[in-house]
Amino acid sequence: MELVLALLLAPLLTGVVRRTKAVVAGRRGPPLAQAYRDLWKLLHKSAVYSRTTTAVFRAGPVLGLACVGGALALVPAGPAPALASFPGDFVLLVALLGTARFATVLAALDTGSSFEGMGASRELGFAVLAEPALLLVLASLAQATGAWSLVPVLRATPEAELGAFALLAIVGATLFGLLLVENARIPFDDPTTHLELTMVHEVMVLDHGGPDLAAIEAAAMLKLWLFAGLLAGVLLPVVAPAPLGVAVHVAGVFAVGVAVGGIESSMARLRLVRVPQILVALVLLALLSWVLGPELAALS
Amino acid sequence: MTLLLLAVAALGCGGLSAALASRWPGWAGRLGAGGAVLGSALGLVPVARVLSGSEVGALELGWAVPGGALSLALDPLSAFFLAPILALTALTACYGHGYLAADAHPRRRGLSWLWFDALAASMVLVVTARNGLLFLVAWEGMAVASYFLVVHHAERDGVLRAGWLYLVATHLGTAFLLLLFARLAASSGSFDFAAWRAPAGGAAALFVLALVGFGAKAGLAPLHLWLPEAHPAAPSHVSALLSGAMLKTGLYGVLRMLEILGPAPRSWGTWLVAAGLVSALAGVLLALVQRDLKRLLAYSSVENVGIVLAGIGLAVWIRAHGDSGLASIALAGALLHVWNHALFKGLLFLGAGSIGRGAGSLDLEALGGLLRRMPWTGAAFLVGAAAIAALPPLNGFVSEFLLYLAALRSVTAASLPSLAPLAVIAGLGLVGGLAAATFAKAAGIALLGEPRSPGAAAAREVGPAMRFPMVVLAAACVVLGLAGPLGLAAVEAPVAHLLGARGEAARALGALAPTLWTVGAVGGGVLLAALGFAGLRRSALAGRSPRTAPTWDCGYGAPTPRMQYTASSLAQPLTALFGGLVRERLARGASGPRSFASEPRDPAEPPFRRAFGAVAALAARLAPLETGSTHLYVLYVVIAAFAVLLWKLA
Repeated sequence: MELVLALLLAPLLTGVVRRTKAVVAGRRGPPLAQAYRDLWKLLHKSAVYSRTTTAVFRAGPVLGLACVGGALALVPAGPAPALASFPGDFVLLVALLGTARFATVLAALDTGSSFEGMGASRELGFAVLAEPALLLVLASLAQATGAWSLVPVLRATPEAELGAFALLAIVGATLFGLLLVENARIPFDDPTTHLELTMVHEVMVLDHGGPDLAAIEAAAMLKLWLFAGLLAGVLLPVVAPAPLGVAVHVAGVFAVGVAVGGIESSMARLRLVRVPQILVALVLLALLSWVLGPELAALS
Repeated sequence: MTLLLLAVAALGCGGLSAALASRWPGWAGRLGAGGAVLGSALGLVPVARVLSGSEVGALELGWAVPGGALSLALDPLSAFFLAPILALTALTACYGHGYLAADAHPRRRGLSWLWFDALAASMVLVVTARNGLLFLVAWEGMAVASYFLVVHHAERDGVLRAGWLYLVATHLGTAFLLLLFARLAASSGSFDFAAWRAPAGGAAALFVLALVGFGAKAGLAPLHLWLPEAHPAAPSHVSALLSGAMLKTGLYGVLRMLEILGPAPRSWGTWLVAAGLVSALAGVLLALVQRDLKRLLAYSSVENVGIVLAGIGLAVWIRAHGDSGLASIALAGALLHVWNHALFKGLLFLGAGSIGRGAGSLDLEALGGLLRRMPWTGAAFLVGAAAIAALPPLNGFVSEFLLYLAALRSVTAASLPSLAPLAVIAGLGLVGGLAAATFAKAAGIALLGEPRSPGAAAAREVGPAMRFPMVVLAAACVVLGLAGPLGLAAVEAPVAHLLGARGEAARALGALAPTLWTVGAVGGGVLLAALGFAGLRRSALAGRSPRTAPTWDCGYGAPTPRMQYTASSLAQPLTALFGGLVRERLARGASGPRSFASEPRDPAEPPFRRAFGAVAALAARLAPLETGSTHLYVLYVVIAAFAVLLWKLA
């Protein structure tokens, strides 16, 4: 269900983020559906392939897109079940994002470009800390809810008490930080900058064009939806059965999009050397949520 | 059992006839490799039978050695470790036949095969021996045979030093085992494993002895120093066998001792988890900074041995809490990782050998662009790199997934305090991310981009004898990744044997099979979706004639391959983050050229260097006793004999 929602609405989420930024900056901004048109346009363009590249370069975008799609298949949309659900499925989710990253990094190295090598290097550096943080924060949710699969974990209704609320605050903050890192957002990376030296994710895909770039953009939009969906699933209780509950979930996802736009409008990009420090802080937060989880739950 | 003896006999005959045929290198290779393949094929039959649940009779023969007995048995634990040993022996023998055919010293080939087959035979004996003395003899034979294999290229720089280091390390380990076995034999009055029991109160000390003795062979940090020296020095098919199979005999020893020393207390589990995670983290960080491909792979073995040990520790820890079903999941993960590591590390070492053969160098900064020039090797190496980085849908993920699952469930099973599982989850997460970075670097720099040296530019694909084993191993990585329950079925018997809880293990692992099928289905779905997207792209590009051009590179157009990102710079953000692993030297002249050099360093080395320096100084003090006069030596012997007599009488 989440997969279908994401496939249909993920470009709209990107549109919402852009519109939020534009509104805050006092501009009109592009139409909400611009992202759909961009994808359509890219799909109808031809491509230029570097002579240095091999099949790895061509496999990167499609494998990345497929992996993010596979990860989305494990996430429930509010009351609607996930396509596949089993004990420990969030480990597979994190690992699939890892496979997507591996494919993207190798595709970047395949061009032999120093810029893309630099992007690959930074991406790997960030991921080493972001990955365990994501795993830990999801595991601490599992620990707190006593379930070990995403569907029951995200469905568990948070008690309206202080302990559970504090845990949710910590987990939510960590997940939101990870959303910003993993999706190459300000303050960790600037998706709209024009200076290649300061980029992380965008610089890895400089040589991709046409349908390949469309696949990469689509994967990025789906990934944003994935994290926003996780965050909405954690923070929003499932209040109603299918149609209404799913609508609440989607509204939550778009609310996260507005928050991302707000952050992007109000902050500057961090210096690169600061990023690992923030990442370590996120890991520590994730550890904190693990350690405090049972204590706080016991309080309530 | 008869088949297993025949396998050992085939290995022995193959090796001896190869040595006798040294004058005819072609025949030596055929006999040596043929004996290895035949022996492995024969041995795999009883192994498969035991793993599928049937029993194979033990063998008990007399031996003239006091206390010794030629007693062999094939229980599920032995069979489980025998499987990768035999399979890798056959595949690396096939590869070695092609690899040594182009060797500069054809006359050495016969002896090389003798030691190769001897190594395989002694590994078979190590994991099937049921008598302490027989075990030690086989263990020693394994060490000696592998030493001679490591120094095959004795004329090259540093090879003899690496061999010497290996010999010292392995004998130090054996010294601990001697102590351990002597203590066990003294308290039970027999050298038979079956008679050994943990002495009351002294089990923990014996366990430490076992961990050090077997850990040195397994390459557990900080006892790993011989590994990054010996593996690169050895010919590649030997490195693959050493790393894929021989290290595992150390893990086998740890498991066998856990069985003998009886139900392990919880604290052992905690210590095993700690030791395993330290080894995993140290190994992967040191692998990340290496420039030499085979050193990188050697350090990554330190990492994987650590992961297995942490998994064993987790199983011990959970088991001590009384949950055999959950412990069997952790143990299944650890054991499955043994097989998986044999597959992908064997594959990667063979791939590294082909790269070295094709491009003439193993220095990552001299490689590049090899996927175009060596498509078979390159594709197989890519599969191995993704598998060892524990990425789905390949086999490395399946075993780590089982470990994660056991850790998670032991936490949510509320009754257990959660420090060890937390350490496993956090540790595996961090190690997994670092391993992905390490192997993105190894595969990306070696195989992709433009060649960084004339050798790499002129690289050519290796012959079919070397290609075939790599393809088989890569295929096995994919199959075990997509069909996880196959691996689960193979570990069930040894897990049930080790935990002594057949019903609970079967139930817990049986309940996992649907989960692993789902994991495989999601992975397969992802692959199919990627293929589908590639098809869509093809139809989108049809009629639009995509062009080829130089890499854009923001307009530079790649004037020289040296402008590419290097392996060291790719890893730099991470080495800066973790610190202390790279020695950087920046030479600043007042004018003229400046130079910058960086080299990886191993923090475990200085303490050992100091310790061995102290030993050497002590030995130098004793030197005056060594006069060279036989009379004095005889006197020493007499004094010693007299002293022993006095001590015995008193």
